[in-house]
Amino acid sequence: MPDIPSICCYCGCGCGLYLHVEHGRVTGVSPSRSHPVSRNNLCVKGWHVHEYIHHSDRLTRPLIRQHDRLRPASWDDALDLIAEKLTAVKEQYGSDRIGVLSSAKCSNEENYLLQKFTRISLGTNNIDHCARL
Amino acid sequence: MAGLATTFGSGAMTNTINELEEAQVILVSGSNTTVTHPQVARRIFDAVDRGAKLIVIDPRKTKIARHAHIHLQIRPGTDIPLLNAIMRCILDENLIDDLFIEMRTENYLAMCDLLLRVDLNQAAEITGVAADDIAQAARMYARAQRSTICYCLGVTQHTCGTANVKSYANLAMLTGHVEQEFTGVDPLRGQYNVQGACDMGALPGGFPGYQAVADPENRKKFEEAWGCTLPENPGLTVIEMTHGGPDEKRLQAMFIMGENPMLSDPVLDRVRTSLQGLDFLVVSDIFLTETAELADVVLPAACFAEKTGTVTNSERRVQLSHKAVDPPGEARADGWIIQEISTRMGYPMQYESPREIMEEICLLTPIYGGIYHDRLHASWGLQWPCLDRNHPGTPFLHKYNFTRGFGRFEPEQHVPPVEPADNEFPFVLITGRRYHQYHTGTMTRRSVTLTRERDTSLLDMHPEDAKELGLADGCRIRVRSRRGSVPFTLHLSTQMDRGELFSDFHFHESPTNILTLADSDPEAKCPEYKCCAVAVEVDHD
Repeated sequence: MPDIPSICCYCGCGCGLYLHVEHGRVTGVSPSRSHPVSRNNLCVKGWHVHEYIHHSDRLTRPLIRQHDRLRPASWDDALDLIAEKLTAVKEQYGSDRIGVLSSAKCSNEENYLLQKFTRISLGTNNIDHCARL
Repeated sequence: MAGLATTFGSGAMTNTINELEEAQVILVSGSNTTVTHPQVARRIFDAVDRGAKLIVIDPRKTKIARHAHIHLQIRPGTDIPLLNAIMRCILDENLIDDLFIEMRTENYLAMCDLLLRVDLNQAAEITGVAADDIAQAARMYARAQRSTICYCLGVTQHTCGTANVKSYANLAMLTGHVEQEFTGVDPLRGQYNVQGACDMGALPGGFPGYQAVADPENRKKFEEAWGCTLPENPGLTVIEMTHGGPDEKRLQAMFIMGENPMLSDPVLDRVRTSLQGLDFLVVSDIFLTETAELADVVLPAACFAEKTGTVTNSERRVQLSHKAVDPPGEARADGWIIQEISTRMGYPMQYESPREIMEEICLLTPIYGGIYHDRLHASWGLQWPCLDRNHPGTPFLHKYNFTRGFGRFEPEQHVPPVEPADNEFPFVLITGRRYHQYHTGTMTRRSVTLTRERDTSLLDMHPEDAKELGLADGCRIRVRSRRGSVPFTLHLSTQMDRGELFSDFHFHESPTNILTLADSDPEAKCPEYKCCAVAVEVDHD
């Protein structure tokens, strides 16, 4: 499998790098030579950016709290429950009683979708992220 | 961001990272650059090797400060009196750029009025920096043709953060050090896509591209494009959400995508109370974070290597990142999750790919107008503003005109820190990052190599202070503030002056933000992370 062009997921420098993929796993990283910021160089975090991707702690199934414990559930059950609860809060208390935190770890497209969803489906401007922190 | 938006009209880096190499004077403030932005530090060192002069403003003797020609080691939270003093020196020695001020700026008289009342000796006393050093830095910055300012959260995370930023902008305008290549004011963004999240309107007051929700014209535009009616009032900011209201709870439900306020937000006890008080909390993340543990529903998300999409770096460069592997188990990309929930709530979203979402962004966001995915395949990105398909992107901002028209001087006065040290809490605590860890450690602490290099939370203290308290390097201590107490391992360091402490916030075993203040800047709503009063004692637990 060829190396996949990607962007380091840590700080705001935005270094260009290649992910080495073997048998469906990212096994290593190399910096891009032509990238204007990384210029064939990475910091210690960038060189090891692949190490957490396949960690055994990764969440692999939706979880729903039942009797005060988080238990595995199906996507359909989790998504239906979210839609039902958010709709109920919106109808009972009003849209502005729902808050949304978006993420500096997600892509532009995902941030765009989340603010669109918040403003249209939830009907509130209560959306922010960690830029201030 | 609010500070540069009022003075220049745009709250992003004015130049590219590489332009730093050609600067003649670089002024770094409130940035531990070698640790938090290694590539930026590399450019700065390259510039210094080529003869550039380096001025560092920081209460700590950081690595970059040790390489500075002039290190102005200010007391925490005294940026404004320092900058006003620097500007007064520039005025006195007639090093201002008259033509630039006349042609490109407004409100200069008010600025002048304030500067003429500045007492240089008093400024030296407040900041703890010798008047001669201030004058020398002023000359160095003002005399060069190409001077650049880089600042980071050490400037913004104060209750007067916005005023601090405005003061740096004032300095740049006074000397005409903006609007050209190799010279400007550069806020370094600390996270992967924090610039993009702002650009995309994940903000309570703005649609994508900083189009204010309060403006009826903007609402009309988005209502027509999206086929809906949109809320008028700006929403709540992150701290307003995670801290709840003063007496009653503000929110009934929250949806949190890839954030960990249970470690990152100030006064953690209050965050916990407010999140636990919600009727319903959804968290989407790649690991079971401290925040996800409190959720009613946890959704397994895909990480950066498991999806395709664009991200925007600190220098406004929009870049395409490609999917390399499948997500583990049933984990799915956040984009898919949002579309599924929206569709179930009666507003169907069915995009075929991130490319299609980007096309919609291009249509509605003037600064992203020409940033289509197909243009990003063959290059390492385009820098916004990029107005249409043929636009080459914009490496540096404010050429010929500031985004807001005229640059606006915003004179500011010293705002003392909210919580100064006193007899009961004699130390000032500053928080920040370490080289081998990142933010709340969710990712870096699961990296074998990074964890090997550093896996404990340290509190840096001056050896003389430790001697006085009878504490030895490596001993377990407890740090107490008016809001709570946290255990740390002591690390002796001469980076700070006596009376000042430094700690990181990466480790849930030492949740530093139990100690920090929630008081925040009235405009930008950045909390005062860089300055709170604490006491230190031996940990007997």
